[in-house]
Amino acid sequence: MRSLFFSRTTLIWLALMTATGVSWKMGHGMGFADPRHAGTAIILISVIKVRFVILEFMEIRHAPLFMRLIAELWTVVIGVAMIRLFLMA
Amino acid sequence: MTTVPLLARPAAPARRIPGEGGIWLFISGEVVMFSLLFCIFLLYRERELDVFASSHAHLNQSLGMFNTLLMLSSSWLVALAVQAARRNLNRATPLLLLLAFMCGAGFGIVKMIEYSEKIRAGMTLTTNDFFMYYFMFTGIHLMHVILGMAVLAFLVRATWSGKVSGSTLRNLESGASFWHLVDLLWIILFALFYPIK
Repeated sequence: MRSLFFSRTTLIWLALMTATGVSWKMGHGMGFADPRHAGTAIILISVIKVRFVILEFMEIRHAPLFMRLIAELWTVVIGVAMIRLFLMA
Repeated sequence: MTTVPLLARPAAPARRIPGEGGIWLFISGEVVMFSLLFCIFLLYRERELDVFASSHAHLNQSLGMFNTLLMLSSSWLVALAVQAARRNLNRATPLLLLLAFMCGAGFGIVKMIEYSEKIRAGMTLTTNDFFMYYFMFTGIHLMHVILGMAVLAFLVRATWSGKVSGSTLRNLESGASFWHLVDLLWIILFALFYPIK
């Protein structure tokens, strides 16, 4: 049972929780004076979090290669699209 | 007798699709739909930046953050439940799923508190485009949470009394994949609606 909790999955969860705290603080002025830079960083962090959920929790890391490629491609496309649209404002 | 070199790398696990193939078609469709919604939100934000910025200030940041932590934790618990089932930790699987279900219920309760706060303050679907998207997108997501909770409840029942294998394990993997989808969609919704000014 111990090895179930002291695992890579738990490490990823802790990293995701920490990243959420960091992006929340960024929304409250931590790290960036310009809200556009903060917003870009927050979107980037959210896409990285999503990638980890897909690869580790959804286990796409061990799925057939075409599934992993589609997932990786989607995270890049949605990340670029959202940052581009955000910076248009 | 065969000898194994001490420094031999462990064999990589065989590549396989978790759960039923059909669930991945469904997940792909949902991802495409939500991707469009995310882009639509950002497009309208660009057109009405002042309205979006002033409306955003009314959202309860702490509740949004708390819900994200609940969603991430439920996803982690479900991932552990799948691993427990594969290791034949039969008692752990339904308990982990039950905890994940409770996190989902907590998420729903917090969302209801948020909605009632907004409605009491006179902010509804018809107030402006920001609140229209806020209620619409988070409402669609909440429906997914409720559906996911029904799936988790089914899985708790299916795994409660014995060894998880065969079709039950595949159903568990499929249900888990759906729940992780609900989590990942919220991660982006949280970023777009809460911390970004």
